[in-house]
Amino acid sequence: MCTIEKRGSLFILILDSDEDDQHRLNPTLISSILSALSEIKSQSTTGSALITVAHGGSGKFFCNGFDFRWAQAVSSQSDARRRLRQMTDSFREVVAAFVSLPMPTVAAISGHVAAAGLVLAFVHDYLLMRSDHGVMYMPEVNLGITLPDYFAAAMRAKIGSPMALRDVVARGVKVRAKEAMEMGIVHSIHDNVESTIEAAMRLGEELVNKKWVGETYAEIRKSLYPELCSALGLTHNLIISKI
Amino acid sequence: MCSLEKRGNLFFLTLTGDDQHRLGPPLISSILSTLSKISSESTPGSVLITTAHGKYFSTGFDLSYARSASSPSEAVDRLKAMVKSLRPVAAAFMSLPMPTIIAVNGHAAAGGFMFPICHDYILMRRDHGVLFMPEVDLALPLPDYFATVMRERIRSPAALRDMMLRGVKVTAEEGVKMGIVDSVYDSTERTMDAAVRLGEELSRRKWNGEVYAEIRKSLYPESCRILGLTQKPLVSKI
Repeated sequence: MCTIEKRGSLFILILDSDEDDQHRLNPTLISSILSALSEIKSQSTTGSALITVAHGGSGKFFCNGFDFRWAQAVSSQSDARRRLRQMTDSFREVVAAFVSLPMPTVAAISGHVAAAGLVLAFVHDYLLMRSDHGVMYMPEVNLGITLPDYFAAAMRAKIGSPMALRDVVARGVKVRAKEAMEMGIVHSIHDNVESTIEAAMRLGEELVNKKWVGETYAEIRKSLYPELCSALGLTHNLIISKI
Repeated sequence: MCSLEKRGNLFFLTLTGDDQHRLGPPLISSILSTLSKISSESTPGSVLITTAHGKYFSTGFDLSYARSASSPSEAVDRLKAMVKSLRPVAAAFMSLPMPTIIAVNGHAAAGGFMFPICHDYILMRRDHGVLFMPEVDLALPLPDYFATVMRERIRSPAALRDMMLRGVKVTAEEGVKMGIVDSVYDSTERTMDAAVRLGEELSRRKWNGEVYAEIRKSLYPESCRILGLTQKPLVSKI
């Protein structure tokens, strides 16, 4: 499940660990994130910003992707596939909600982030990562699973170098913070989980101080990732709030 | 306004005056007709060098002209008209049948940053001037063709985010690191000297301008589509 905390204009979305410290995305967590984002959107004002963090448990994982335990807890393979498809479809709405969220978004990556979990990280505007623990990776090629269209679009949108894109998506390379920095995927890296979260808070405050108009912010963001938007079914609106 | 000068094979397009070269209807139409003249006079080996007088290259659309309209809705209409009329300018740069070099003499912001980004080579002085997109701060959306050209020319996702979603002011040297600016120089004069040297070097290749333009267009297919430019295969000689 996830919870929201609000400090001034900063929203903090916390993936908590009551049931699963890997924060695997199953229907419960997906719908919990979706309703949290909808709540945040409805409360947003000029100068809001969002920080996503993962708490609790062993602290080893930020998000380890779709919950395959849940998908496989059925009697037939076709039912398992149906469950995976269900998660893929419902998580698409989470990604769409992030891409159209009317405020800057920051993710404090406190541990491993894999598959759908990496997509969740990538839909934030700024990724901060601890350097003492955790890797980012896309295990699909190892698992023999293709990427949903919006996963691939998110990867292409956020990984600029063709070689880095190949290594992450088509090679399943496990990318540590320092390597992610070199690849231009993360905004900054920090010594441990505490300093990562502190840096995320500082960045959040800095972005809040910009007092950006959220609606325009979201439209500019969307204009940067047209292929991702089209995979998500998001349309673009030209908003001139003032001149 | 802008002036056109020709020295040998080099065309010099200069935004004149010491002001901010705000892109209002007169400047936009003056640039467009100059580009059309350059295009019609081009021969193999032609090269364009664009620059501006003073401390600014251009700070974008003339918002004070828009705001001087009699009503807010007319102000928005004026802005929309400027956005619309700059589109053929971007299209003209993108399809100009010769290599294009810009010597950035000072700030290039918003619509003014569209100029460097539509040139093949960006040379910039390091002692003054920043490149930036203030739309996020002004709560103005990016026109569709701005966003498209930026995406095709700024390939690092982090650089793109910093410029478009954060309004970061990029100095010449940062521009080199971000892969936006080709090279930097100590002053306007040195930037211009370097632009002329590069222009002469490119001119000696005597490239077929039509083919050059088609090759350029093939590098930026999304921009061409949104600017209404079509591509055609050409074989001038084999």
